[in-house]
Amino acid sequence: MRRPLWILAVLLSHWRRHPMQLATLLIGLISATALWSGVQALNQQARIAYDRAAATFGGSRTAMLVSKDSATFPQQLFVDLRRAGWPVSPMLEGRVQIDGRSFRLLGVEPVTLPSEVGNAPAVGRGSLQAFVTPPGEMLVAGETLRDLGLKEGERPQANGIGLPPLRMQAELAPGALVVDIGIAQDILKMPGQVSRLLVGKSKGKSETPHATLESVAGDKLRLVEPSAESDLERLTDSFHLNLTAFGLLSFFVGLFIVNSAIGLAFEQRLPMLRTLRACGVSARMLNTVLVIELVSLALVAGLIGLVCGYFIAAALLPDVAASLRGLYGAQIPGQLSLKPVWWFAGIAISILGALAAAATSLAKAIRMPVLATAQPQAWQQAQRRWLMFQSAAALAVFAVAAVLIQFGDSLIAGFAVLAALMLGAALILPMVLQIALAFGQRSARAPVGIWFWADSRQQLSGLSLALMALLLALAVNVGVGTMVESFSRTFLVWLDGRLAADVYISAASDAQAKQIKTWLRDRPDVEAILPGGRAETQLGGAPIEVLGLPDHATYRDNWPLLESTANAWVRLRPGDTCLVSEQLSRRMKLAIGDHIEVPAPGGNWPLGIAGIYADYGNPKGQIAVNFAALTRHFPQTPLTRLGLRVAPDKIAPLITALQATFGLDDRNVADQATMKQESRRVFNRTFSVTGALNAFTLGVAGIALLTSLLTLANSRLPQLAPLWAIGLTRRRLAALELLKTMAVALITALFALPLGLLVAWCLLAIVNVKAFGWRLPFHVFPLQLIELLAVAMAAALCAAALPVARLARMQPATLIRTFVNER
Amino acid sequence: MSASDTITRRAFTGGALALALSGKTFAQGFAGLGENAEGFTAVTSGKPFVFPIDHGPHPEFRIEWWYVTANLSDTGGAAYGAQWTLFRQAMKPGGPSEGWANQQVWMGHAAVTSAATHRFSETFARGGVGQAGVETTPFRAWIDAWEMHGLNDFDARRVAPLELKASAADFSTALRLDADRALVLQGDHGYSRKSDRGQASYYYSQPFYKASGRIVIDDRPVDVTGVAWMDREWSSQPLAADQTGWDWFSLHLPGDEKLMLYRLRQKDGRENLFGNWITPDGRSAEIAASGNSITPTATTDIDGRKLPTAWRVALPARGLAIETTPLNPKAWMGTSFPYWEGPIRFTGSHAGIGYLEMTGY
Amino acid sequence: MLRVTGLTKSYRSAGEDVAVLRGVDLAVATGESVALTGESGSGKSTLLHLIAGLDAADGGEIALADINVSTLNDAGRAELRRDRLGLVFQQFNLIPSLSVADNLVFQSRIAGRHDAAWHDELVERLGLKNLLRRYPEQLSGGQQQRVAIGRALAPKPLLLLADEPTGNLDEDTADEVLRLARDLVARTGCGFLMVTHSARLAATLDRQVNLHAGVIA
Repeated sequence: MRRPLWILAVLLSHWRRHPMQLATLLIGLISATALWSGVQALNQQARIAYDRAAATFGGSRTAMLVSKDSATFPQQLFVDLRRAGWPVSPMLEGRVQIDGRSFRLLGVEPVTLPSEVGNAPAVGRGSLQAFVTPPGEMLVAGETLRDLGLKEGERPQANGIGLPPLRMQAELAPGALVVDIGIAQDILKMPGQVSRLLVGKSKGKSETPHATLESVAGDKLRLVEPSAESDLERLTDSFHLNLTAFGLLSFFVGLFIVNSAIGLAFEQRLPMLRTLRACGVSARMLNTVLVIELVSLALVAGLIGLVCGYFIAAALLPDVAASLRGLYGAQIPGQLSLKPVWWFAGIAISILGALAAAATSLAKAIRMPVLATAQPQAWQQAQRRWLMFQSAAALAVFAVAAVLIQFGDSLIAGFAVLAALMLGAALILPMVLQIALAFGQRSARAPVGIWFWADSRQQLSGLSLALMALLLALAVNVGVGTMVESFSRTFLVWLDGRLAADVYISAASDAQAKQIKTWLRDRPDVEAILPGGRAETQLGGAPIEVLGLPDHATYRDNWPLLESTANAWVRLRPGDTCLVSEQLSRRMKLAIGDHIEVPAPGGNWPLGIAGIYADYGNPKGQIAVNFAALTRHFPQTPLTRLGLRVAPDKIAPLITALQATFGLDDRNVADQATMKQESRRVFNRTFSVTGALNAFTLGVAGIALLTSLLTLANSRLPQLAPLWAIGLTRRRLAALELLKTMAVALITALFALPLGLLVAWCLLAIVNVKAFGWRLPFHVFPLQLIELLAVAMAAALCAAALPVARLARMQPATLIRTFVNER
Repeated sequence: MSASDTITRRAFTGGALALALSGKTFAQGFAGLGENAEGFTAVTSGKPFVFPIDHGPHPEFRIEWWYVTANLSDTGGAAYGAQWTLFRQAMKPGGPSEGWANQQVWMGHAAVTSAATHRFSETFARGGVGQAGVETTPFRAWIDAWEMHGLNDFDARRVAPLELKASAADFSTALRLDADRALVLQGDHGYSRKSDRGQASYYYSQPFYKASGRIVIDDRPVDVTGVAWMDREWSSQPLAADQTGWDWFSLHLPGDEKLMLYRLRQKDGRENLFGNWITPDGRSAEIAASGNSITPTATTDIDGRKLPTAWRVALPARGLAIETTPLNPKAWMGTSFPYWEGPIRFTGSHAGIGYLEMTGY
Repeated sequence: MLRVTGLTKSYRSAGEDVAVLRGVDLAVATGESVALTGESGSGKSTLLHLIAGLDAADGGEIALADINVSTLNDAGRAELRRDRLGLVFQQFNLIPSLSVADNLVFQSRIAGRHDAAWHDELVERLGLKNLLRRYPEQLSGGQQQRVAIGRALAPKPLLLLADEPTGNLDEDTADEVLRLARDLVARTGCGFLMVTHSARLAATLDRQVNLHAGVIA
């Protein structure tokens, strides 16, 4: 085994003499692995959290029976089904307000709870008796305990009712309060009612025989099959797809760097490889050792990349968690925990990436003849063939994108359109550059000018990969930037309309709300008191919110409607009409004039649709009804939320007085400005991850350009030396080189702008609609485009500066040597 | 297994339930039961039994069961066994509360055994909502879809005729039980002493059932006939803290004589033998505390436990010396709270069939 | 020791087969030094490359000691070069990232035939003692070629093949390098076949053969 080691040592000696090259290679591999595995870590972290939520007492992983037409149903149906052999367990779900904040209360029945329903065993870890017999226990996750600011054993108050003593249970999803079903029925004032029945799996191969659902429950219940994907997973799919797409993009851009570094190293080591072969190293041995060398480097880079990926993920996690919470209500723990498979996958992706990036060089090495033959100068012909082939491929990819736009109807199709657009654009880029440069060459008169364009054309094949990376990074930046900016503008206008009241109050209980209302009525500075409320039910199998709006000019004048019938607000009054959110209307294909039946505790509530409104950022469908009608149909709705109209100069004193009188804190009372600021903060965080990844990608593309130029700089000496010999100064040559690089970068950047706008359009018109259910107006932001163009040129300048500076200071002897040494 | 893993006769304790739900705190749950019966009604001798009232639940006592085992055979003579059991336990003393606040927890076990296979199933229920319970008039005991109820001409003294059924994923049973004579009080007129320190239960049986019906294993129905035995027992503190488990026999002797016999094992290795000899006319006499013996003759390895599945039983005063063998030595009840329960046959001075239950192994 | 019989080789160029070697017969005995001369394009280098196993012949036979070179596959030819041959080219062909010391031992190491005493003698005779830590680019042409000769002779090959080894050197240096090569070849007793277009240098070897129109004249 000494022989391969000797050969490996010889191969590695190259890196010792060219540490910059090694650094480039490693940086490429490290950044590819780091960004990819960082994004994977974030996705994995989120998925673990979703699993936890899905497994919490009857998330979507469990089959369940729900009422066909009402939010709850009598528990006698549970008993009847058990008596008929159904392995069902009852559950009651509702919301409780603690300190003005809303929590999800789950009432479970631990004795019949199917064992596969996640956290069931944990109930028994204490004694069953303590959990089920009054006062019972309320199980919460550690995060929830911290949010509440309470300790185990303490009893929070909800709307004047003492809740059971708290007990921490780590496996629970944050934000959920779990109590015995009997206790939940008391707290929610729903005696004998259950929300759903979880259907257990039978342990054996076959199912325990039982009567049909209809024969026991008539047409009251409906079976909801378990879904492998949780609700949160479905909702957050787009978010993670977005992250993954960025991770993938950075990964490929990183591989561009690796590709050019390895290409350069291979070119430089060609004589060495030949000498090795001449000295008696067989082709197979040499290739094997080359692969071993590459895998070893990938292993080292992969490990470093993983560590960097970990830090990237840890740095981005707070923003990702905030986004997911703000957008989807998904609770992601802030502590990064990674599975071993993540480490293995990261190393594997590093090695596979390195092998893929080195594929062309390795293939060349394998086919390399021992004897150097004269290289035919037929680059022009070869380049033309290559250009034609790539352009044909680009057209084919564009055709696929067109078909997808026409017939695709899913989020995946949306992303596929994006991917096809970018791939096609990347493939056609060399042709675009070729045409632009040929045009330049035709318009040039002076010999140096002609040489300038012709030489740029010859450089194309060497630079094209790096330019493609630059194109993609820029296009994505333009696209995402435009989307975020469009969203931001629309969102802020919308927010102004939505937050129309001046002061918002969230009382601790209905009783306190009543006191506050009485107190407010006597204050002359309060122009209007607008009670609000929100109930939850389900429509078409998905959860929806029912928002109660008081009949008041504040809403009529400000509340933004996308579409509506004439006097929609007046029609809302009698309580037989509603407005639906854009998301809901898209998902259920509802239009103005349609009728829906909303399940309510007292039976179905038929409603006509009078308008559609934007409800950005809400993963759930929502309908808005008259507040009085809401409290009639959903009598359990907490009446703790109030909005106030107050003259601007009276706001601060009123809030102070409210806080002093009722012991309210900042969480319970806020003015409009604070609310807007909070909403904007959540909104901004949502896109800060995208922004960070965007910047990373652009940075990596810059490095790719730099390494490509470094690679080219060395191989270009033989082409530059004759010009130097016939009288161009090194300084002049360097300036020309810089100009050439800037020219191709500029053409690429200009090409990236329309592509980026196309990407933005795809994001707004296809991806957003599928992912979130809303369509935003498309705006172009010229300043932003100019800014990006400048950033791109600056990146190109930085990348070109180093090799050009080297050229400008190059010793004449080095240039002379190219004549002597030319093989 | 540690001593604290012991169970009571008939395998139902607070520990059993705790184990069903957690698997970890069984020891804790059981210890609570073994040591302290405070707040529950104590078992005393001399209680008059009243039927059908005593067929119903006694919620003021901590634990209680309705337990039927049947020795069956098909038309070709192949032997089968069937078990149907309903357990009740009170989580805490006090009168029964309404709805979910009810402190009763119910557990059902069902099993069928043949020479080739043993199938079992279990289920749990809270009291107060109707998922499980026992009513006396008409007589009905149920948990989920498993049920045992009196038929039209039900006679409370005979606890017959009855129909019982249970079904699970891979087996089901449906049996009709008839008896032509009255039930029998065990122990001393129904007072069954379990230790010298006051642990005892109320205990009566109906050992004279004739059974007929159908059992189904893996969708293959078999019509069966045979004999069956019901045990009714309730208590607040049936075992002493140092008692680790037991071996219980119900034997159908020739000439319609019946023998109930059990051995309680103690931590220190000592053991106590109890039992009743029942004559065909229904007279029940306690067997003497000494001079009799039961001895394991063979063991079977199940899940890493050694179970004595064959026994020598000797009651010299009664002229009984028999050897028992199991129909299926792997009649293991791998329920949340596991034990061995299965049909046996015996030969020697007497020959016949019966049931064996072994706990605490 | 080296016996070449009826060797033929043609290349495809511009769609036509051009016969470079048309039946070459050549023999080099142990300890014999032979100069292979001929005008440009006469096929001298091709013949040398075929003997070195760098390329495969179309017909004829090459036998080195007991080995039939023509029948070897790539791995076998590599082994032959590694263990039995020493090669010196016009462009020195040193490995630029290895120091002189490492270049010197490189072939004998991978051949597993490193001999410390012989190595020291080579360093001494080639006058490389003070250059061992330098890199090839820091050496003059003559120095580089001395390192290349040292590397080729370090594994004590059966035959030293040299293709215009002094082509890049001035006359004095060329004489000096060739003298060193001849001395060392004599010291090891191996055969020496050198391609050169210089009649003056060819005359310093034991025998001269001239390749003309693809055959030995």
